[in-house]
Amino acid sequence: MTSLMDHQARETVGYSFSESTAGVKQHGFYPYTDNGGSTLGITGSDFAILAGDTRSTSGYNINSRMVPKVFKIGGDDETGEGATIVLSVVGFAADGNALKERLDTVVKMYKYQHGKPMSVSACAQRLSTILYQKRFFPYYVHAILAGLDEEGKGALYSYDPVGSYEREQCRAAGAAASLIMPFLDNQVNFKNQYIPGSGEGHALAAKKPEPLPLETVKGLVRDAFTSAVERHIEVGDNLQMVIITKDGIEEVYHPLKKD
Amino acid sequence: MDHFPGTWGRPRNDVYGAYDPSYLQSTGPKTHTTSPAVTGTSVVGVKFNGGVVLATDNLASYGSLARFTDTKRLRVFGNQAVVGFGGDVSDMQYMDRLLESMDIRENYSSHGNMLNAKNLHTYLSKVFYKRRSEFNPLWNHVLVAGFDGEGKPFLSSADLLGTTFSAPHLATGFGAHLAVPILRRLFPEEKPIEEISREDAVDALKQCLKVLFYRDARSLDKYSIAVITKDGIDLKEDEQLEGQSWAFAERIKGYGAQAV
Repeated sequence: MTSLMDHQARETVGYSFSESTAGVKQHGFYPYTDNGGSTLGITGSDFAILAGDTRSTSGYNINSRMVPKVFKIGGDDETGEGATIVLSVVGFAADGNALKERLDTVVKMYKYQHGKPMSVSACAQRLSTILYQKRFFPYYVHAILAGLDEEGKGALYSYDPVGSYEREQCRAAGAAASLIMPFLDNQVNFKNQYIPGSGEGHALAAKKPEPLPLETVKGLVRDAFTSAVERHIEVGDNLQMVIITKDGIEEVYHPLKKD
Repeated sequence: MDHFPGTWGRPRNDVYGAYDPSYLQSTGPKTHTTSPAVTGTSVVGVKFNGGVVLATDNLASYGSLARFTDTKRLRVFGNQAVVGFGGDVSDMQYMDRLLESMDIRENYSSHGNMLNAKNLHTYLSKVFYKRRSEFNPLWNHVLVAGFDGEGKPFLSSADLLGTTFSAPHLATGFGAHLAVPILRRLFPEEKPIEEISREDAVDALKQCLKVLFYRDARSLDKYSIAVITKDGIDLKEDEQLEGQSWAFAERIKGYGAQAV
């Protein structure tokens, strides 16, 4: 009894929740993850190719060997039949899917309301707006949009997660972007390539970039990915290649190394 | 008599120190939903010719305490789909209630076509993604098993971030490390699922659960297993792992380096 009296005298007993001295607790929840993989797009004079590997990872685990990253946008049904625009997303797969679904809906709505398919340039601007709307809680993805422009030329737009975009001849994104992009600079835009015997010593004329034929580009895409697979653990399993021409969209899969 | 209710039922302050009031914070953002409390461990699943098998053990842990040993973590939806839950058990019960009410609503609706496993997976992943975007996640990793719209076997995963993926065999939690390699060896990618029999699939999952029981400290030898075929769902919820071999344990001395 005395001991109990003692302890009441020695301390102030209050309701512990009446006042809090601790500061605001930090959230322990991080809403993003990286699902690895890589994507790549190249355009030609009358076509565009978007490609991506089909591996999905979390850390050192392979979630699945068959998760496509390239999607047809604005098609008439679930298979994407009738679409003219293609989107690839790499980074956080859940955001990628949400982004894809949003853009798909927008492009469909455009067609229903205006009675004509959306142009790639309009779609590209809209995608930038969608990304920027989430400027302070971004879609953690690198998107690439491809199609054919009003003149029938291959069009490729690449984005950062918050919507900055640019039309380009070629772009690699995702885990192995740093491995693939220099290869593309050299093989598509002929960077550091000079015409032999065109000048004195090192003052040689640079080789001018020109649109490449479809078969060459297909070869470049496959070479880029087989090389990336060798040096990046998050890339592999299968290569999904989507080829956009005036005749429609063709989708092909090639096996990649599964290690 | 202690007349201060605030101190009742708590360790004595003079002995254990004052209670840390930051645990009962009334200001600032809610944080208790951003970490799990009572949790279930792995879920494993395999597709076979004409269906899918899904299995979990019956344990709900409270940290390292094996708190509830008869928790049913496989939930049946309608008569063509099963959801296996890993992660927070209270969030599982909440989602089960969501699914239950949706099932009832669908049954009363006039159109009559029931939601299949693929539809259910889409719904669950959108619930997960919405909640993670509100910073109020449902702390689960689930496998959804059943059939898709074309009547083909369907097995897919969804987690607290809204990440989704599908494969012929899947496992969550510890199972992703221990069960998936076993399943990939037993059913290599070249082997089409049409060549996998129901018996082989069930045996493989039992083998996975056994390995998980050997090596996952938060697992149990009592398990549930559901076989989903066109004929319906065969759910067994009080199974016991058989053929365990702990003979190796007798030879373990000390921490490994000890010879005697």
